[in-house]
Amino acid sequence: MSDETMMDDEIPSGMDEAGEIADDAPVTSATVGDLAYRTGGSLEGLAPIELTPDILRLIEEGGVLRLPEDGDATPEGTQTLFGEDEKMIINLGPQHPSTHGVLRIMLELEGETVVRSKPIIGYLHTGMEKTAEELTYVQGATNVTRMDYLSPISNELVFCLAVERLLDVEIPARATWIRMLMAELNRICSHVTWAATNGMDLASTTMMIFGFRERDMVLSFFEKTTGLRMNTNYIRPGGVAADLPDGWEDDVEVMMDTIESRLDDYDELLTGQPIFRERTEGVGVVSAELLLAMSATGPLLRAAGVPWDLRRSMPYLAYDQVDFDVIVGSIGDTFDRYAVRMNEIRESIRIVRQVLERMPRGDYRVQDPKITPPPRARIDESMEALIHHFKLFSRGFEPPEGETYVSVESPRGELGCYIVSDGTNKPYRMHMRAPSFVNLQSVPALLRGGLMADAIAVLSSVDPVLGEVDR
Amino acid sequence: MIAALGGIASSTSRGEEVFHPTRAQYLDVVAAIKAADYATCTDLTATDYLNAQVARTLPESIAPERFELVVSLLSISQVHRLRLRIQLPEDDLTVASLFYLYPGTENMEREVFDLFGITFVHHPDMTRILMPPEWEGHPLRKDFGVGRVPVQFREAPGPR
Repeated sequence: MSDETMMDDEIPSGMDEAGEIADDAPVTSATVGDLAYRTGGSLEGLAPIELTPDILRLIEEGGVLRLPEDGDATPEGTQTLFGEDEKMIINLGPQHPSTHGVLRIMLELEGETVVRSKPIIGYLHTGMEKTAEELTYVQGATNVTRMDYLSPISNELVFCLAVERLLDVEIPARATWIRMLMAELNRICSHVTWAATNGMDLASTTMMIFGFRERDMVLSFFEKTTGLRMNTNYIRPGGVAADLPDGWEDDVEVMMDTIESRLDDYDELLTGQPIFRERTEGVGVVSAELLLAMSATGPLLRAAGVPWDLRRSMPYLAYDQVDFDVIVGSIGDTFDRYAVRMNEIRESIRIVRQVLERMPRGDYRVQDPKITPPPRARIDESMEALIHHFKLFSRGFEPPEGETYVSVESPRGELGCYIVSDGTNKPYRMHMRAPSFVNLQSVPALLRGGLMADAIAVLSSVDPVLGEVDR
Repeated sequence: MIAALGGIASSTSRGEEVFHPTRAQYLDVVAAIKAADYATCTDLTATDYLNAQVARTLPESIAPERFELVVSLLSISQVHRLRLRIQLPEDDLTVASLFYLYPGTENMEREVFDLFGITFVHHPDMTRILMPPEWEGHPLRKDFGVGRVPVQFREAPGPR
């Protein structure tokens, strides 16, 4: 990588070709050409703020460093890039315990202050969307559950909801409520794990132990119900894999009481603690307007004061029948994001308690032999059941052709699943709209102007799960 | 109802509203939708319909092409979603970037470029995002076989 190429790359290439835009057939609209023209050709040369169009101001505030990821970031390289000033580029990660996986961030520093940054991802990319095209719909849930390893239930849920919409099947009420119970337990589990790792990032190792202790209670219940602690493959097209175990009410009740009382411990340990508040308050502030432009969702967006929660706004499952509050923050700093998640745990506990009271009786999956396997006992006595069982697991079912996009509120934001069916037993295309992947775009905006030491706290507050970012 | 969508071919897929602008209409249509208070572009992806035989649902006025860009737009104030499906011919895989309307599409467009090879005109950073920079081919294309390329790591020592 020569120095000259790096100089070229620093100026976004789309903007310095204002003259050519009009010739381009697809870009006949005034938008792009006009925007580039009015701002004098590059982001470095923005007009005064009152003349700058909102969208360009947002892009500028986005603070993305656009350098090639395999470029030369040695001091010599940076000298030619920035001349005599104090800027330098350093790498955070990919091997760093606070990057929550293998995330690398290139930080452009001016002294101790972060100017621009660029998250570099792809270290965990395993081509899950490609894999999904090779798996039948019955096998598909096993694949998607591995994307966001902290909330496997949400992944399975959104995939199964999409498949069910393609098939146009109604699932029994009990299955819906079991799904809701598991999704909320998973949200609690994911948020306490976030609190644990966030505590670790801010040097509160006690919080780490506490968080993982609570998480384990939920995982133990998952193990009892689904047979596995993580990557459960419990929610399947047509319902859930198995009914809840005997005595599940007691387990869940004890679990909720314990976690609820321990949330008070967290408050004592972190919420009111001066060191924690010093490190989080007013750090990584970002406006709701910018987050919306950056397509951010979930606690990140809600902390900035936008009451957007798909459970409330576009209800799925039976969320329109339970009572809960959508938690919003006020100024969108790191502390708000912490507070939103802590209070969401309390709301999830509220939902779980309502599910506990109102769990309907009945089937836990559709009694349609084309979609769900027959009960085990039937296979021994009925030839037909045996055939159905064999056909389901060897060939699977074939949804009618068409495409659909279904989304749910995962602990990290809007988790969407886009499936195209061509009428065969495998999805023609399966795309996951991963909230971590999209939310990660807001990180440069959050880091911009902050101190290097705050970068870890800010990054942690976004809660990216790298398995889902890279898929 | 957004006036600019009046002349655009539309369809309904499983109860979801889908519009099919042509590539020339794409940017204007998205700009009009954005002006109608669709503040967020939730998702941007693509599909590769390698063979004309693959069954798919399109309005009759739209000629199918190999690639299709799929864009989901969300209005938080109206609690409404729209989806756009844009046909892209195989021999000219370029389309306008939405970056200057929705900065949040930056990574999504990079992902589509990386995995499908669709170039977004005037995107500020049209580079690979998930695959290594020196990777050849676009994995989510249908003619890219699973496991076809043995995984190799840069600067890895030779066979042991």
